[in-house]
Amino acid sequence: MADERFEPKIIAFLCNWCSYRAADLAGTARIKYEPNIRMLRVMCSGRVDPSFVLKAFALGADGVMIAGCHPGECHYLEQNYKTMRRFSMLKHTLKAMGMEDDRVRLQWASAAEGVLLAGAINEMIEQVRALGPLDWPKNWSENGKIDEAIEQLVEEHAEAMEVPV
Amino acid sequence: MAERVGVYICHCGSNIAGKVDVENVSQWAGEELDNVVVSRDYEFMCSSLGQELIEEDIKNEGLTRVVVGACSPHLHEKTFRKACSNAGLNPYLCQMASLREQVSWVTEDETLATAKSKAMISGAVKRVLLHEELEPTEVPVNPHSLVVGGGIAGIQTALELANSGNPVFLVEREPSIGGHMAQFDKTFPTLDCSACILTPNMSDVSSHPNITLLAYSEVEDVSGFIGNFHVRIRKKARYVIEEDCTGCGICIEKCPKKVLDNVFEAGIGYRKSIYRPFPQAVPKYPVIDTESCIYFDRGTCKACEKFCPTNAIDFEQKDTYIDIDVGNIILATGYDTFDSRKIPQYGYGRLANVFTSLEFERLCNASGPTDGKILLRDGVTTPKSVAIIHCVGSRDTRFNAHCSAVCCMSALKFGHLVIEKTGAEVHSFYTDMRPTFKDYEEFYHRLLEEGMHFTRGRVAEVTDAARQPGEEGKLIIQVEDTLIGRQRRIPVDMVILMTALEPKPDAREVGLKFGISCSMAGWFTERHPKLDPVATMTDGIFIAGACQGPKDIPASVSQGAAAAARVLGMIMKGAVEIEPVVATIHEERCSGCRICNTLCPFNAIDYVEDKMVSVINQALCKGCGTCVAACPAQAISGAHYSNDQIFAEIEGLLFDVVQGNGSKPVVEEPEAVPA
Amino acid sequence: MSEKGVLALYWAASCGGCEIAVLGINEKILDVAAAFDIVFWPCVLDGKVRDIEKMDDKSIDLCFFNGAIRTSEQEYMARLMRQKSKVLVAFGSCAQEGCIPGLANATTKEAIFQTSYHDTPSTVNPDGIRPQTETEVAEGTLYLPFFYETVKTLGQTVDVDYYLPGCPPEPERIWDAIVAILENKLPAPGSVIGAETTVCDECPRTRDEKKIKEFKRTWEIIPDSDICLLEQGLVCCGIATRAGCGALCPTVGSPCIGCYGPNEGVDDFGARMMTALASVIDSDDPEEIDRIIHEGIPDPIGTFYRFSLAHSELRRIALPANGGSDAKLETAESA
Repeated sequence: MADERFEPKIIAFLCNWCSYRAADLAGTARIKYEPNIRMLRVMCSGRVDPSFVLKAFALGADGVMIAGCHPGECHYLEQNYKTMRRFSMLKHTLKAMGMEDDRVRLQWASAAEGVLLAGAINEMIEQVRALGPLDWPKNWSENGKIDEAIEQLVEEHAEAMEVPV
Repeated sequence: MAERVGVYICHCGSNIAGKVDVENVSQWAGEELDNVVVSRDYEFMCSSLGQELIEEDIKNEGLTRVVVGACSPHLHEKTFRKACSNAGLNPYLCQMASLREQVSWVTEDETLATAKSKAMISGAVKRVLLHEELEPTEVPVNPHSLVVGGGIAGIQTALELANSGNPVFLVEREPSIGGHMAQFDKTFPTLDCSACILTPNMSDVSSHPNITLLAYSEVEDVSGFIGNFHVRIRKKARYVIEEDCTGCGICIEKCPKKVLDNVFEAGIGYRKSIYRPFPQAVPKYPVIDTESCIYFDRGTCKACEKFCPTNAIDFEQKDTYIDIDVGNIILATGYDTFDSRKIPQYGYGRLANVFTSLEFERLCNASGPTDGKILLRDGVTTPKSVAIIHCVGSRDTRFNAHCSAVCCMSALKFGHLVIEKTGAEVHSFYTDMRPTFKDYEEFYHRLLEEGMHFTRGRVAEVTDAARQPGEEGKLIIQVEDTLIGRQRRIPVDMVILMTALEPKPDAREVGLKFGISCSMAGWFTERHPKLDPVATMTDGIFIAGACQGPKDIPASVSQGAAAAARVLGMIMKGAVEIEPVVATIHEERCSGCRICNTLCPFNAIDYVEDKMVSVINQALCKGCGTCVAACPAQAISGAHYSNDQIFAEIEGLLFDVVQGNGSKPVVEEPEAVPA
Repeated sequence: MSEKGVLALYWAASCGGCEIAVLGINEKILDVAAAFDIVFWPCVLDGKVRDIEKMDDKSIDLCFFNGAIRTSEQEYMARLMRQKSKVLVAFGSCAQEGCIPGLANATTKEAIFQTSYHDTPSTVNPDGIRPQTETEVAEGTLYLPFFYETVKTLGQTVDVDYYLPGCPPEPERIWDAIVAILENKLPAPGSVIGAETTVCDECPRTRDEKKIKEFKRTWEIIPDSDICLLEQGLVCCGIATRAGCGALCPTVGSPCIGCYGPNEGVDDFGARMMTALASVIDSDDPEEIDRIIHEGIPDPIGTFYRFSLAHSELRRIALPANGGSDAKLETAESA
């Protein structure tokens, strides 16, 4: 971290059967990728609730990846199609919220695709790095003027009350 | 009481410690993370000494939660859960962080690897604090089993189970069991007569006291769960009363209608409208093909009925339904062959003497339409030269990316049969020769010695347009011989296309019926490609033979036996444990909106009309969590993957960026307002 | 001091509907008056903030606080009422989840000021003057409250004991809450006083399994009067919205818009709507899915966060300056 390069923090949700195994395989095969990604295991990408993604952003993540089995190859038959639909819906809403497209990514990766997953991770990290920090919570943290304004309000009240009743 | 967490960082020799500063991570976890009371690093956590370390700490330090930072949970989650359980801690109160596969093996920079490890341990600790004790439930296993598909794999499975003393239902869609193997002439590389080795097993099936054979039947509906499936089977009308039929075959003899047999004879032979697919068919009862039967067409004829000595013909017969309860189901539904018409340049269907491999099997077969004589389509001429084209529809991304596994050896077998029976020249056009198993390579050498010609190259075209002398009246193979780098034209009399093995066209539909998944191509997906090739994601449903992927007879038989062994294990135990990682609908929060009703492919969600709520059958639930994520009222909770657990893990993973901006007020509580 | 309890009601960023809803309990307001001394209710009674400031801490037994927090004055009042009250109830959707005032978070303060003080046809402001927080006049300094960039809920501002949902809360539910308070039968602090299930539970329409091929706007169809509106393609938020209203809208053929907020235990209302609707879209083709969503839901924030934007995980749209605090300071100073 000696250089001043922006190091994004990306949260990834990986399904137990395909993409988490792809991550295992990337490890076994010693395929290097950047350490900016932090992974969580879910049983199926269908478990990924949009609120997980929103929560990650609200907590300060710079990007979120959802990874699952390829369409038609879901270990739970067809649940990743629901992921696909939800992802489309979520992305539509995030766009309206002013979030850049590249900050969320849906990545299909089979258990055999360690290289593909590692490549996708590196690509996403690069894209998010190019976008710069998201720091979503800053959007709602007002600057230090609030307390000052309230102080003024209190003074104003005090002054107004100088007038004898 | 505050939870007491133990954190264990594995060195994994130098696998983790070589990249991650494990001492630093472990010390940091002990000092910085809430609720961590013990934090250690150790050479090999998975060793018995490493496990004892955890067990001792649980006992002596009163740990209530355990976090192990080591390899992927797919490798050792069970190990560490067991260690917890040995020390009296519920195994689900343990969480792993994959520091090896997700950090040390994939990260270049040591400082960053150590930082990422901290984040992952922080996530695991936050998560494990919210874990709940879970107990697997036990359900009894019905000793009856259902085998679907009566090819060689299904026959093997049924016999293995039946021979061990357990009742089996064997369902076959066609009028007879036997599958593709019954169509073959010889088997490679031993050149055994296929029928000779298959038919004894077929008759064993028909006479076995433990096997109920339901041929000409299909599974209509499956419900229930491992150990306790309910299956509805439709027995299609044969129009022959099985109890009365002696199988004498007079009806077949007297039937005046002859039709092309596109199934068993692969379209090169004929059968009657009332027929048995082949003489040794099991069961022996014939079946009326209503599409071609004169009576069903015009209302007259009834020749079969007139001549039947036991009055076994019943034109009024209807499909019947049979409901059975079984503990386990084995699917051995086999494969189909590629339609060679999809490659028009090979001329199949247009050039008479282009045959498919299945047609050629029938042509060679002594009980086939030519009595085993290898003849051209005219039925009289013996070919003087034969071309065998490999990989027709296989290893070709336009059709099937996969290798069909059996064609190289079949082609060698065909070559041998042609040389033996006709003395003709045989040319093989192959992509790569793959004689991979026992005695296969030797068979290849035998054919080399027998004078079969091998040309490495994918055939561009089969044509009857002669360009050179000697090509008139021949089929010319246009091919690049890739070993010598030259285009060649080879005139032959007969062409055999080694057609690809493909999934059954309705495999996906069948998979859905039984709650199992298919690969993109349509092969049934095994639970683990290496370590669990006959089980599926759905407990109690197994797969065997070519429905899982192309394979030859010995491989299919092995899988059939393996699946039977898996089922027997459960039958012997009498009960199975069901994973507690399932979803639950909280009735008081469910408003019965029915959003979740269509989401479960395992039919685990039912709507209870009178209560107006949906409920989950936990024995059917596979724990994917899709309904949990979908519920608009958040009335469904997913064990071991609850929202709170995942939120906590996210927060932990982002420990270095979270700045108290979660749900806390942005502004501090007010100081005393001046009065 | 009388033996009666002490009650205060306050309004912050709100429309006044909650005040009317309180009066909607009709003659029972007399019972309220019998049980409580009402010390502060700016909408109805004359009163001075100064008087409240002088009261002892926690000397108000119960405070119904409606409205969101969008200015420093409202924040001050929220802190004050918190300090003086034993039980602070976030009354109505604005206080609970930001409600319609919270939709300001779908734009920026600058855009709001631009519209209000410059762009609307009825505005006459040739000098382009905007209100200032401090103005020097001969008599001294005049102060105006500071206008926030982001609307907050009461819960994001101070600790809240109970939430009473609804825009506005139904009078019956208000009375239920008052009775619960009087009889001391309140749930655990921090919880919502209301049902634990959703509007579907109260909706008389028949419901079946759901598969949606197309989302429709209310003007596009005349809905069947008996069948679930969602099954007819209308985006009805009843599936995710807390029960309590008696399913008023869907009963008369108008889809629920979610005014009663999310169900018990839900943090983000929009996430629930998004996931539920998307899950039952009847297509596996990515392009068709995108088309169904983009055409059917042109305004996702307005559809999914109409009442809860300020309370959602993301709280607001991204600020143009991508979180740069200096830029925001500038905007703040221009106010």
